Amino acid sequence: MSVPVLEIQGVTKAFDGKPVLQGIDLKVEEHTAVVMIGASGSGKSSLLRCINLLVDIDDGDILLDGEVVTDPAVDPQRVRRSLAMVFQHFNLFPHMRVLDQITLAPVKAHGIPKDEAVEEARALLARFGLADRERDYPDQLSGGQQQRVALIRAIATRPRALLRDEITSALDPELVGEVLEVVRELKVGGMTMLIATHEMAFARDVADEVCFLHQGRVVERGTGRQMIESPQEPETQKFLARMLATRAV
Amino acid sequence: MSAEPISRREIRAAARKRSDRQNMLIAALSTIIVIGGGILLVTTRQGWPVVQETFFSVDAFRMSFPDILRGFWIDVKLFLVVEVLVLIFSLLVAVLRSTRAPALYPFRLISAVSTDLFRGIPTILVVYLIGFGIPALALPGVPNDPIILAAIALTISYTAYVSEVFRAGIDSVHPGQRGAALAVGLSRAQAMRFVILPQAVRNVIPPLLNDFISLQKDVALVSVLGIVEAFRVAQIEAASTFNYTPLLAAASLYVIVTVPLSLFLDRMQKRDRGRRRLEEARR
Ligand SMILES: Nc1ncnc2c1ncn2[C@@H]1O[C@H](COP(=O)(O)OP(=O)(O)OP(=O)(O)O)[C@@H](O)[C@H]1O
Ligand SMILES: [Mg+2]
Repeated sequence: MSVPVLEIQGVTKAFDGKPVLQGIDLKVEEHTAVVMIGASGSGKSSLLRCINLLVDIDDGDILLDGEVVTDPAVDPQRVRRSLAMVFQHFNLFPHMRVLDQITLAPVKAHGIPKDEAVEEARALLARFGLADRERDYPDQLSGGQQQRVALIRAIATRPRALLRDEITSALDPELVGEVLEVVRELKVGGMTMLIATHEMAFARDVADEVCFLHQGRVVERGTGRQMIESPQEPETQKFLARMLATRAV
Repeated sequence: MSAEPISRREIRAAARKRSDRQNMLIAALSTIIVIGGGILLVTTRQGWPVVQETFFSVDAFRMSFPDILRGFWIDVKLFLVVEVLVLIFSLLVAVLRSTRAPALYPFRLISAVSTDLFRGIPTILVVYLIGFGIPALALPGVPNDPIILAAIALTISYTAYVSEVFRAGIDSVHPGQRGAALAVGLSRAQAMRFVILPQAVRNVIPPLLNDFISLQKDVALVSVLGIVEAFRVAQIEAASTFNYTPLLAAASLYVIVTVPLSLFLDRMQKRDRGRRRLEEARR
């Protein structure tokens, strides 16, 4: 088998002595989507931030295309340029219009000519139904539109893999469907993705593999259907029962 | 069914209009009574003609004003030059202090210490120290022109204040912004320049304008170095004629510059508050 795009090996991380990641192992093969589920505080966002080198890990290794990127000698900017991240709270730049927001990194960090970057950004905006929004500021957009802009900003740099941290609060059902559609489309386009989500239907329907995180460990993993419909571990069962009690899948 | 809400709306609008008109009338009447009464009270006192002659003499004004205006031009030029220098240096200091690079440590140390030092020393003392102290050293190649020394002194003193304003602005930007900037592949310097600084500056424009207004007034401090700017001219005229009208004339010049700035600042703060409320309401 080929080398996975992302490989996490025994990663641990503690914040102020409090363990948050306790030996995570995970692989994301090319053109696949791996979805992480787990209770609030189980470490999903922390792991994504570690992969993006925004947070230093304590132990273990993270490999991107077989290269150990958590080596202190590796330039983090080079690694981040080939990864993209959609943050849980989007973290859009409030002082920049949608179009500038999207072209900033391609132009400044990737050296793509401005015209080309603009053209590409417009194509992406059109594809995600935001063609008439390029001159808006983030606070003029709805939550769902902001989420799509955050996604476009991330993939405009043509990343090797997309890290996606989905918002915790329940999106309204229409938006869930929309996000699902977008991710499906990205998958068809060949994108490699690692996604943290609270939407179980989403995990079941788009994931090639679902990992259940509990207190900083991957307690169980399997295909979407396996994990959501017939989980084996008691922790997974408890978590899913709780999720199903509060929202319909 | 449809006629009723319309008529209700009309009744409400009419009532509002009535109360608005009443409020305006009361405000106008009260203003006339208080201010008019005050003026009447002052101008009918026995001592009023003396006060008028000493502070509001038309002749003294006419005699001194052209010189004062010429002096004020020095204030304006000094203000503009110092303002630009202060903006540049304080931004540099603020950015420098927010970096982590070990090679820059000595610069961070120096700027931290000098900021705390010069914020603690009265501006007039800094002007005095530099304006008289440096020429006393008689060093070769060091400027002796009091205007240049005054500009240096004001720049040092105000950089200490304004760099702290910028630093607060940088701190006010949510850390997630830096994370997002790095995540899209920008370098640390690019994240600072394109993402953090623009937001930081926007957040501190009101306090920044406040410091501009202070500086505009503190320019008069350079008169201690014998520079004949507006205040100095007025002082000389007043001392030789025992008439204080020139001082008021100088004061009015400073006011003419600072009041529009203050009004602009007020408007901006109001708009800012409105925007913030709007943002919170959206959340
Ligand atoms: N910078 C930090 N400093 C200290 N503690 C942190 C920091 N970042 C995360 N944590 C802690 O790490 C734990 C895991 O947080 P994390 O955000 O990874 O959870 P999560 O699985 O993403 O939760 P959610 O589903 O609510 O998004 C939490 O207990 C959190 O308080
Ligand atoms: Mg999270």
